[in-house]
Amino acid sequence: MAKPVDVLFDPVFKKNPIALLVLGICSALAVTTKLEATIVMCVAVTVVVAFSSASVSLIRNHVPNSIRIIIMMTIIASLVIIVDQFLQAYAFSASKELSVFVGLIITNCIVMGRTEGFAMQNSVKMSFLDGIGNGLGYSIILVFVAMVREFFGTGKLFGIEIMKQSTEGGWYVPNGLMLLPPSAFFLIGVFIWILRSIKKDQVGAS
Amino acid sequence: MWEHHLNLLVRSIFIENLALAFFLGMCTFLAVSKNVKTAMGLGYAVIVIQAITVPANNLIYNYLLKPGALAWAGSEYAAVDLRFVGLISYIGVIAAMVQILEMTLDRYFPKLFIDLGIFLPLITVNCAILGGTLFMVQRDYNFAESVTFGVGSGIGWAMAIVALAGIREKLKYSDVPDGLKGLGITFITVGLMALAFMSFGGIQL
Amino acid sequence: MTRESTSQTLTVALMLCGVCSFLVSASAVGLRAKQQENKALDKQKNVLAVAGLLNGESKTEIEAAFEQIETVLIDLKSGEAVEKVGKMPAAEFDARAAVSSPRLSINVPAEKDVASIKKRAKYSFVYIVKKEGKIDQIVLPIHGMGLWSILYGFVALDADTKGIRGIGYYEHAETPGLGGEVDNPIWKAKWTNGKQAFDDDGNIRIEVVKGEVNSSTPDAEFKVDGLSGATFTSNGVTYMLQYWLGDHAFGPLLERVRDGEFAEPQAESE
Repeated sequence: MAKPVDVLFDPVFKKNPIALLVLGICSALAVTTKLEATIVMCVAVTVVVAFSSASVSLIRNHVPNSIRIIIMMTIIASLVIIVDQFLQAYAFSASKELSVFVGLIITNCIVMGRTEGFAMQNSVKMSFLDGIGNGLGYSIILVFVAMVREFFGTGKLFGIEIMKQSTEGGWYVPNGLMLLPPSAFFLIGVFIWILRSIKKDQVGAS
Repeated sequence: MWEHHLNLLVRSIFIENLALAFFLGMCTFLAVSKNVKTAMGLGYAVIVIQAITVPANNLIYNYLLKPGALAWAGSEYAAVDLRFVGLISYIGVIAAMVQILEMTLDRYFPKLFIDLGIFLPLITVNCAILGGTLFMVQRDYNFAESVTFGVGSGIGWAMAIVALAGIREKLKYSDVPDGLKGLGITFITVGLMALAFMSFGGIQL
Repeated sequence: MTRESTSQTLTVALMLCGVCSFLVSASAVGLRAKQQENKALDKQKNVLAVAGLLNGESKTEIEAAFEQIETVLIDLKSGEAVEKVGKMPAAEFDARAAVSSPRLSINVPAEKDVASIKKRAKYSFVYIVKKEGKIDQIVLPIHGMGLWSILYGFVALDADTKGIRGIGYYEHAETPGLGGEVDNPIWKAKWTNGKQAFDDDGNIRIEVVKGEVNSSTPDAEFKVDGLSGATFTSNGVTYMLQYWLGDHAFGPLLERVRDGEFAEPQAESE
């Protein structure tokens, strides 16, 4: 039996859902131009993964196999709606920026992958921790990507100016590519490269 | 009229490509693009599902969810706004459609079922499908437009995954640095493809 | 009752539906008031920002600043203020939603549709800023196509309806760093130093040019620096001003403002 600590921290470094398992990338790319929106997104995803895992685990012994998938979908979708409603009420500007991508958390493969792959076999507590861990693993890459993009794209972090842009009378000529979606692919590619150069055992086939 | 639909079709295939301009359905996009044949199979499945679910969700949105949509049931329901249950209804429709399609194929087109069968369950959690519906709602398409958009966005996604699979087949013969092999280089390839697709921007028919 | 039986399947499905629908509805209904307040505040904030009156982001500051602004719903065709649209009180009018309603919108004829919007609502809110009982500026909502997306924003005009006081967009999806520079405060500031929308004969002259404006040329007051690398977006801004300030849109309203209507307090529609 795995220790709770491992369940919580393994997904962050050893079994990162984005870098190793290629899950949950869609939203990772679209919302990482600004750190602030990214962090809101990360919190939302972590909450949804943790609670959906816990709820699925809670009823795992009563769910008939035939409707298993749609039950998970219903739980996840309900949680996402609730999170979306809260964002609209308490983090309005971030929710405007995230627009359809909050809804797309439903189809974030991390959520479905963890409920199906972990929560169906494990206790409520473990599933909850696993959810938090995977949420954090997702967040760490997203925050890294967002930091690089916002810093080099606009010279700011969290919207606070660090390098003054040339268009505003400063010296820094912003790298426009960083604000365009393809840069997120390059950054994640490079991130995986670094990770796999350090940890040789993660090198993928072909 | 036809012009408008042609324009919408071209836009949804090339300019607003769900995979390369909005990065939807990336998990499956990266996981199932190792060879052209499988990518093609998944592509067809996405086109079919997209062409069914976007119009179906359009009907749900227009006749059940949006403010005033329930007016057909009586004037006392006209003010009801059910948009907040949108997400759950759309995903329900998608999951149900996938299931129904699976059963229909199994019963009437066993050969096609064997080819597409393994991909269908994947599609429920493909964000391109839900994303297509959400964009349809956000842009307020009418029923005819939603059919065009559904077909177009499906074709666009299929085209993108087949193209990527083609590149990855060739990549097998290239000398890629160790740590970059597999996933890393795939990400960079997709980034370059996305850059290329940006050049369609601003085209208006 | 085994786990895979029909009755078990139905029971689980029904119970789950019950619990989920309760939670979802509760959160939606419970938070609705707060959400609507956010939306209203957000709109007010955007208007204030263009009018140059935004002092702070907090709710009390926004509401206090908005007190000097009158919100009026006008019928675009006649330029008259209206209190009701059909049976709907003016405050409930939603211009975005109205565009998709055949009853509340009209098609923009192709030869007039420089802003590529195809349809527009028949009514629009305008915001009149008053100082000491006199009109100080008029804030008009505008929108039109850029390169990728429709840009939504406001333009603020002087009381004489000729000079421009400011412009700003609150929603668009233009390329960051190029067309997205419509949000750049430096560019927006270029609109505030005495640019004129109309010449003395009442023709709309304002345009966003390519490159920089030479301030020594005689008609420099009608020209604003272009956004570098973003010709489509720059043209989009020009076109939408041409459309919205023109006869087919706010023209009749501006005519009435010049004739001194709207100087009296209007019935508040919000």
